[in-house]
Amino acid sequence: MDEYLILMRLDNIVKEEPPSPEQMQEYMRRYQDWVGGIAAQNKFVGGTALSMEGKVIKPKDVITDGPFAEVKEWIAGFITIRAKDFEEAVSLARLCPILKGEGNSVEVRKITGGHNG
Amino acid sequence: MDDGQLIPHLFRTEYRKIVSVLCKYFGWDGIENAEDIASETFLTAAQTWGLNGIPSNPTAWLYSVAKNKAKNHLHRRQILQNKIIPSLKSQETDEDPIDLSPQNIIDSQLQMMFAICHPSIATEAQIGLSLRILCGFGIEEIADAFLTNKETINKRLFRAKEQLREGKIKIELPTPVEIETRLSPVLTTIYLLFNEGYYSISQDKPLRKELCLEAMRLCTMLVENRDTNKPQVNALLSLICFHTSRFDARLDENGQIILYKEQDTSLWNTDLISKGGYFLQQAASGNKLSRYHLEAGIAYWNTQQADTKEKWENILQFYNRLLQIEYSPIAALNRTYALSKVNGKEEAIIAAEKLDLPDNHFYFALKGELYTSIDNEKARQNFQKAYSLAKTHADRQAIQKKIDKLANIPG
Repeated sequence: MDEYLILMRLDNIVKEEPPSPEQMQEYMRRYQDWVGGIAAQNKFVGGTALSMEGKVIKPKDVITDGPFAEVKEWIAGFITIRAKDFEEAVSLARLCPILKGEGNSVEVRKITGGHNG
Repeated sequence: MDDGQLIPHLFRTEYRKIVSVLCKYFGWDGIENAEDIASETFLTAAQTWGLNGIPSNPTAWLYSVAKNKAKNHLHRRQILQNKIIPSLKSQETDEDPIDLSPQNIIDSQLQMMFAICHPSIATEAQIGLSLRILCGFGIEEIADAFLTNKETINKRLFRAKEQLREGKIKIELPTPVEIETRLSPVLTTIYLLFNEGYYSISQDKPLRKELCLEAMRLCTMLVENRDTNKPQVNALLSLICFHTSRFDARLDENGQIILYKEQDTSLWNTDLISKGGYFLQQAASGNKLSRYHLEAGIAYWNTQQADTKEKWENILQFYNRLLQIEYSPIAALNRTYALSKVNGKEEAIIAAEKLDLPDNHFYFALKGELYTSIDNEKARQNFQKAYSLAKTHADRQAIQKKIDKLANIPG
């Protein structure tokens, strides 16, 4: 079993109105159901939400606001899971509910080793 | 309670009190002596009461005998420091070096709880030693709880006592700074103790009410002490109260499990349910969500028998989070059941088939439930597999009932 990072990106360009509290609750519910499903398979390692503000640092010490730079998507958060291969990791990631929203995306990366090696 | 049950019951509740007081008195070097004296006391009780009948105040009798045995032991062995021997010499006064007053019993047990659950000792050893000294579990019962054998447990306990001795671990309450970390293994032990009472695989009797009440008592001691009265402790006590409230409704007169749906709710202990609610509220302070908070939340909803969507949605969300904190097969299965109540059986079947629990009879029983009236042949197969894996008579009976019920449904 290896560990995989599932990165969730939300479309930065807000097409309609921002979600209402009830909609937010519904999104949270579906998100927790998805993560809960992974945890029920004993494949959940950890999870982190990220703040909406951020900074981007570029060469020559250029620091700008916002984590999105030119990319119109911003990373909402990520979870770490266990899976036996990429295929399995993708099969878990493709069920992420943010994918119901147009313009959102989920990235899967294998964790290949820490800084301890 | 009849005579045959009195001694085992007393052994459970009084053993730990006597051992804790004596242990605190003798220190780790004398821990085996403390255990021996406690055991001898109960042996004497069994013999004497068998011949002469049970005394009118059995507890006082036990304490009196324990004290005498301890004093005789001290005289014989002379293992004490000088400061103790002079106090023995002043025995003409009523001063009793071995203090079995209610306050000292509580204090000693609290101190022993923390001393035993010390970070320098392996977690399993902490739990094993707690079960042995604090709860009077037999070595075999502890072995069952850990799914291992007596030799392993004996080695583990022996090593743990050595470490306590060598580390000169003080038998006292931790400082306020340390209390949060030191509480964690103590709560785990109480939780395990409760589970042992509630599910009791080792004795093949589904319920051991006394163990659950022991867990409740130990947890209550923590709540009643200002230094240990933390949110997660209240959450644990809350969940213990909620679960225990259904005790009398859970078994029928033949000792068979009565499933939740079929329980006579008039037998649910409303006093315990309100206690559970009270402690749940007490737990709702601070900003840390422990696993006990989540389990207490689930236990709360289980006291609401009405089969509403709100109930199951809440339970599902609690299990989602609980599994992220710590995976367990039972939580995974219960979560899947809740999912079936919220989003329907088909979706739950898909989730269930992804769980990898090939040796777990509850897993196949759950799948049997989910497939029932969706695909009865698959339901039958799963129930049959569950039956072959079941460990207790009560579980087998419950599964057999399901198989029989399916057989009466055409197709």
